[in-house]
Amino acid sequence: MNLSPVDEKTALEHGLTAEEYAGFCEAIGRTPNLVELGVVSVMWSEHCSYKSSRAVLRDLPKEGPRVVQGPGENAGAVSIGDGLAAVFKIESHNHPSYIEPYQGAATGVGGILRDVFTMGARPIANLNSLRFGSFDHPRTRYLVSGVVAGVGGYGNCVGVPTVGGEIYFDRGYNENILVNAFTLGIVRENRIFRAKASGIGNPVLYVGSKTGRDGIHGASLLASSEFDDETEEKRPTVQVGDPFTEKLLIEACLELMEKDAVVAIQDMGAAGLTSSSVEMADRGEVGIRIDLDLVPKREEKMTPYEILLSESQERMLIVARAGAEEEVREVFRKWDLDAVVIGEVTDDRRLRVFAGGVEVVDLPIAPLAHGAPVYERRWAPPTRQADMQRLSLTDVPVPGDYNVSLSRLLASPNIASRRWVFSQYDQYVGGNTVVRPGSDAAVVRVKGTEKALALSVDCNSRYCLLDPYVGAMTAVVEAARNVVCAGAEPIGVTDCLNFGNPEKPEVMWQFREAIKGIRDACNALSLPVVSGNVSFYNETEGRPIPPTPTIAVVGLIEDVRHHCVQWFENEGDLVVLLGRTREELGGSEYLAALHGIVRGTPPWMDLAVEKAVQAACLRAIREGIVASAHDLSEGGLAVALAESCISGPDEPLGAEIELEASIRPDAWLFGESQSRILMSVRSRHLARLREIAAEQDVHLTVLGTVRGSRLRIGRLIDVDVHDLRDTWASSLANLMAGDPRPEAV
Amino acid sequence: MKFGVVTFPGSLDDADTVYAVRDVVGIETIPLWHKDRDLHGVDCIVLPGGFSYGDYLRSGALARFAPVMSSVVDFAASGGLVIGLCNGFQILCEAGLLPGALVRNQSLTFVCGQARVKVERADTPFTGLCQRGAVLRLPIKHGEGCFVADESTLRRLEDNRQVVVRYVDEGGAATAGANPNGSLNNIAGIINEGGNVFGMMPHAEHACEELLGMKDGALFFRSIESWVGREVRR
Repeated sequence: MNLSPVDEKTALEHGLTAEEYAGFCEAIGRTPNLVELGVVSVMWSEHCSYKSSRAVLRDLPKEGPRVVQGPGENAGAVSIGDGLAAVFKIESHNHPSYIEPYQGAATGVGGILRDVFTMGARPIANLNSLRFGSFDHPRTRYLVSGVVAGVGGYGNCVGVPTVGGEIYFDRGYNENILVNAFTLGIVRENRIFRAKASGIGNPVLYVGSKTGRDGIHGASLLASSEFDDETEEKRPTVQVGDPFTEKLLIEACLELMEKDAVVAIQDMGAAGLTSSSVEMADRGEVGIRIDLDLVPKREEKMTPYEILLSESQERMLIVARAGAEEEVREVFRKWDLDAVVIGEVTDDRRLRVFAGGVEVVDLPIAPLAHGAPVYERRWAPPTRQADMQRLSLTDVPVPGDYNVSLSRLLASPNIASRRWVFSQYDQYVGGNTVVRPGSDAAVVRVKGTEKALALSVDCNSRYCLLDPYVGAMTAVVEAARNVVCAGAEPIGVTDCLNFGNPEKPEVMWQFREAIKGIRDACNALSLPVVSGNVSFYNETEGRPIPPTPTIAVVGLIEDVRHHCVQWFENEGDLVVLLGRTREELGGSEYLAALHGIVRGTPPWMDLAVEKAVQAACLRAIREGIVASAHDLSEGGLAVALAESCISGPDEPLGAEIELEASIRPDAWLFGESQSRILMSVRSRHLARLREIAAEQDVHLTVLGTVRGSRLRIGRLIDVDVHDLRDTWASSLANLMAGDPRPEAV
Repeated sequence: MKFGVVTFPGSLDDADTVYAVRDVVGIETIPLWHKDRDLHGVDCIVLPGGFSYGDYLRSGALARFAPVMSSVVDFAASGGLVIGLCNGFQILCEAGLLPGALVRNQSLTFVCGQARVKVERADTPFTGLCQRGAVLRLPIKHGEGCFVADESTLRRLEDNRQVVVRYVDEGGAATAGANPNGSLNNIAGIINEGGNVFGMMPHAEHACEELLGMKDGALFFRSIESWVGREVRR
């Protein structure tokens, strides 16, 4: 075993900068050996240390009356009453999924599940947010089918339903797809477990799968650097998932947590044994001593370096109460899993690691964890930002046939039915799914109560590219609007911030603008951000992805009977629009899909108006007078109307809209003005709905009636809803089967 | 009347089944553990859905060797009622309690959704409260649900009227379009020759509550309860 001091060249190969290496040597008062260098290189990687984002993230609102656990733990938690809390987080697994789509996506799901049940919460729902390149890119179909199969392969086998999500296609992700996975769990508020080691002499137990050589340096070399033409060679850094073991691990951990044995617990995720032990010791201001000879291994002759940096999946580190070791072992024996004491909590605030009786690591905890570097990166708007925002509508021809335009929009991969994707996910397991994928938000009931939770994940990255501040704001309010449309009060946010290389000033500008947008929107809606994840270096050959701050919102429905769906329910109901429609087409799906234009500014956002529209909608649903409610987003009013006609589980219903356009017709039909909700109500409830809207000073327009089997919108659109449904329902499957993409008009 | 629901490592719908039958339908139900040969005096055993032992080899191939399964085989041999749902159906086929096998869906992908099945037999312990010919709505979720059997087995199944439920369209016709996985003859569920072991791919346990969208599944559990009640009185 070579424990001689390393040199700067080796440090640079590990992804540290010369300054970082020098700083670390100074902090520990000597030159590290190779194992120690491995440890610091993963702990100081962007992925683990948040060194470029930490200073900016301080701006986000994290407090609120319901917050039980804010950022800094494995996941966030908000109270939902009855002594229960919702535990949730979203996390990225982008680079692994591009290199090895099935395993990358699968282990992304596995990782986020562990973050949630580590807190003592039983996972009850998964969501995901996926971004792929355009269908004319040769790898897109391969990546889509691999990722979807991986998400399903893991989630289905582990017994947590995938109840919703989003999927977008944009050439900006051609060579850097995004796979963001979200898990929600339920826990008793007084039984939340945290990852803070304490109690000098307490045993440290390793539980779960054995350690192999997979995923070494996933955090530092894969997640914290850009892609180039040697990316394929990074395949061995992708981990391999075993959902069966994860299922056993969930049951064993939750059973153990019913006993009085666990002091602290953390998932061995990115940077494996290293980060879990260092972070637990750091939070508890203690030290930790580990003997690598005791770590269960599935390969022979693993070096200390490999054992410490392995990212083998389905492993947890537990600090147990001294004397409770046998209790822990007994539970894990029942589930046929390893549980081995590998070390203990010490009082020296150092990480000390032994192998073969030799000390291979002896480092102070502080500089590895909260003492990691923090950078105030330089920032400046991209030079072409102002040009991108310029859009002259006079240059955009008005369509000749709006029926054709609507049909093409419904066939757009960004609007078409997601059924091809969702039908590969188990949506039922757990027995709580009240609203399955296909409405604005998924709804899962909370067993043992009358409550339910509504979940939505959202981000329009085209808006974020054109204006990251407004785009990020819109992502927050739209995710919140989605859960409101399901009848829920938004109570918490988790964010997954996907950006390019933070060392580039224009990427840092996008990041800072997006954080400001999230901050302002969350403040306006009184929403705390309780957990999240930053994923930088999403670029290939120097081209960053569009900024993609994915936002997931959790909403609370006090009485599950008052949940709402997006599709029309009854013939004869009135169709009503809350909110105002402006003449704005910038950043719209209509311009992109039908005219090939990605320009302009995203739709105007007035947070006060947004708040009022959401309040009115929620009030009306809670009073039980709303038959359906649907957020207006990509494709605008015409697409929302069509979706309300055709997206339900039963026969489609038509609608007759008498109103005529008062603005440019394509903007009226397909413009994406924000803060609008489409509703259907019984005519006898209209008067009450008008009162509620007036109380909130919300603009209300009666558009027409649910009737027949045609969608008629003034003199512009008249089409059979069965035809619309066929187009919308089959498009994604056709695209995946290789049918050419519809041409732009 | 007492149901017992077996938990294998990797079972996923076990707790949902206990909840649905005990708390929603309202029939006494207890969990059974794969390492325990004792069946605790239950009247009907449910082998639930999931991925027992990860199903990394072949669905149900390992679960049939679990200690509890030797008791289940004896129980079935003595006329005890056994129902296998999804993975449970796969295990029953692997254990030789039902003929045929369940292989990868024709689409080669996992499929989750609502299926319609027609009740072909209303004179079994599992379907006694159904109307013959009734079309039920039940959820499906499986990657390996394509029922296959050799020609003579298939003929015997049909001749003996062992096909209990079949995938159909809204009008009750067993069309190719209504077949979610490529099963031969649109077979969704079959019974053994003795009439006491039943397996089907759709999930009755996830169709017991109006709130969750479907409630036809409760009919199977109520049918069993009523059958056992009659047997006891007899």
